[in-house]
Amino acid sequence: MSKTLFDKVWDSHVVQHIENGPDVLFIDRHLVHEVTSPVAFLGLKNRGIKVKYPERTFATADHNTPTLNQHLPVKDPLSANQLKALEENAAAHNIPYWGLGHDKNGIVHVIGPENGITVPGATIVCGDSHTSTHGAFGAIAFGIGTSEVEMVLSTQCIMQPKPKSMRININGTLSKAVTPKDVALFIISKLSTSGATGYFAEYAGDVFKNMSMEGRMTVCNLSIEMGARGGMIAPDETTFEYIKGREYTPKGADWDKAMEYWQTLYTEDDATFDKELTFEASEIEPMITYGTNPGMGMSIQKYIPLAEAVEGGIATYKKSLEYMDFHEGDSMIGKPIDFVFLGSCTNGRIEDFRAFASIVKGKKKADNVTAWLVPGSHRVEEAIKEEGILDILHEAGFELREPGCSACLAMNDDKVPAGKYAVSTSNRNFEGRQGPGARTLLASPLVAAAAAVTGKVTDPRELMEEVLA
Amino acid sequence: MAYDKFEILKSSAVPLPIENVDTDQIIPARFLKATERKGFGDNLFRDWRYNSDDSPKEQFVLNNPIYSGKILVGGKNFGSGSSREHAAWAVYDYGFRCVVSSFFADIFRNNCLNVGVLPVQVSPEFLDKIFTAIEADPNTELEVNLPEQTITILASGESESFEINGYKKQNMLNGFDDIDFLLNIKDGIEKYAENTPL
Repeated sequence: MSKTLFDKVWDSHVVQHIENGPDVLFIDRHLVHEVTSPVAFLGLKNRGIKVKYPERTFATADHNTPTLNQHLPVKDPLSANQLKALEENAAAHNIPYWGLGHDKNGIVHVIGPENGITVPGATIVCGDSHTSTHGAFGAIAFGIGTSEVEMVLSTQCIMQPKPKSMRININGTLSKAVTPKDVALFIISKLSTSGATGYFAEYAGDVFKNMSMEGRMTVCNLSIEMGARGGMIAPDETTFEYIKGREYTPKGADWDKAMEYWQTLYTEDDATFDKELTFEASEIEPMITYGTNPGMGMSIQKYIPLAEAVEGGIATYKKSLEYMDFHEGDSMIGKPIDFVFLGSCTNGRIEDFRAFASIVKGKKKADNVTAWLVPGSHRVEEAIKEEGILDILHEAGFELREPGCSACLAMNDDKVPAGKYAVSTSNRNFEGRQGPGARTLLASPLVAAAAAVTGKVTDPRELMEEVLA
Repeated sequence: MAYDKFEILKSSAVPLPIENVDTDQIIPARFLKATERKGFGDNLFRDWRYNSDDSPKEQFVLNNPIYSGKILVGGKNFGSGSSREHAAWAVYDYGFRCVVSSFFADIFRNNCLNVGVLPVQVSPEFLDKIFTAIEADPNTELEVNLPEQTITILASGESESFEINGYKKQNMLNGFDDIDFLLNIKDGIEKYAENTPL
């Protein structure tokens, strides 16, 4: 039978199939962070066992960390305790740990690819749902719970039923100011946050073929927001070019051998999917969300849908708009905002900072806006400086913070106050996600930049035309 | 972590007829800073349950003494969002052993099965019947029968079957977890690993 990309990678990692049960799946690389690991390490301790393959395990600190003054001790005692626990656990089990201050420190899904831990055809897990990011390289990558973290630490395996398959095709050329983030928010708005639950997605077509690795990571990152466990894109020259020479990628003869295998990683022509969807690139416009889940998004020029026009419960929909203090039929354009957050595993890479800078260059940050610009890693931070982007940001009145997950989930001090509006390049606009009572509008780095300089929701195309004229 | 065996659960239920209940509502991120699995039940649905000054929000169902029981009944797409197992821990630690919905998010469902909370997926019609029955009588009892894979509204006798894979069913019935299974097939895993370069 002809195989999909997903079949090829999954099937080659099955150690044992359990009749009427899950597959025992071997995990090539396991990423660990401070929040979802301590109870798993405690489990190992209680069983008196060690991490089975520490050389396949990598640990970083990101969720809890401050984005200012990282050279000082972490003030919050609970956060400090969790960071200390990871440092001790990593040392006890011989796992490389890239904690605060380490030059490889950053958001787990940014540093994996940066260091070549993420390679095509691998199985990669982490106790974080946005592990789907790594699917951009043709890996099977997905988020797991803490019990599963414990399984992987102790046996390098996980028990999972094979998910159903879905392919999302988008052909054609993206319009001006339409970024990978908009592509993802568009797909989620079509499928809803549960439309791909039970599936693993493959993204195919011109749009993804022509996309940079950073863009592919943004798209795969958001797979979980349509309910899919993960999403992947077949590796190609763009992929190989990106990973070649990175620290943990194979070298010399090993590289050649790996390449031979990686080049077999594509969906065969007559392979079939349980579900297949096709969209046109020209349908997609710059997107923004107006509600409290990532499926509640629309083209920035449109109006908030009427409750009657929405699938699903009217009461839930109205509750959501009430939380946002928005109304059916409202235009999003011109709505005043208070905060802008550029960063996260969704949009905290160098390309995102380039996009943001392209809009704010020569302009000034609006006085009513507090902006948090948080690079995904120290490597991204360095690139921002090297490429002169930092100067552009400074001239426009912006400051750069230190790497971490930051306001995406607001576990540290970067919390949006109750009732305030934030245009955020992150991945979730759930109630209270960016702080208790905070109101989040998800958007691309271009839309975030346009909001940051105008102080309100603004179509970035207007500002881009100014530049051209 | 081992948990209590699950066979037949007969209990009244707590209704939460909201769709897309995400894990940030079940347990907000700021409560994920523990290094041990303790006290998560206190913060279950924290921001729906308490005001910012920690006083209870009276209209929220967990603060309404009329409703109680070991079964939580939620709207469609329950548990969407993050992979935090803390959400399943909070549900378990609060005292729920079963969550009923017409649709579950993947990771949350898995996490529940790994910590001893049985996710029971019913048809949207049956979910409506449950909500209606509880609305009419908050003491309405449900029976969740894992060996038979059925859920029944006891007063009316209306019943529906639910799915669970055979392996997970045995685990729930016996209170086993996956790690015991995996540790027992160590040799097979090691053999696989030898043939798999980094």
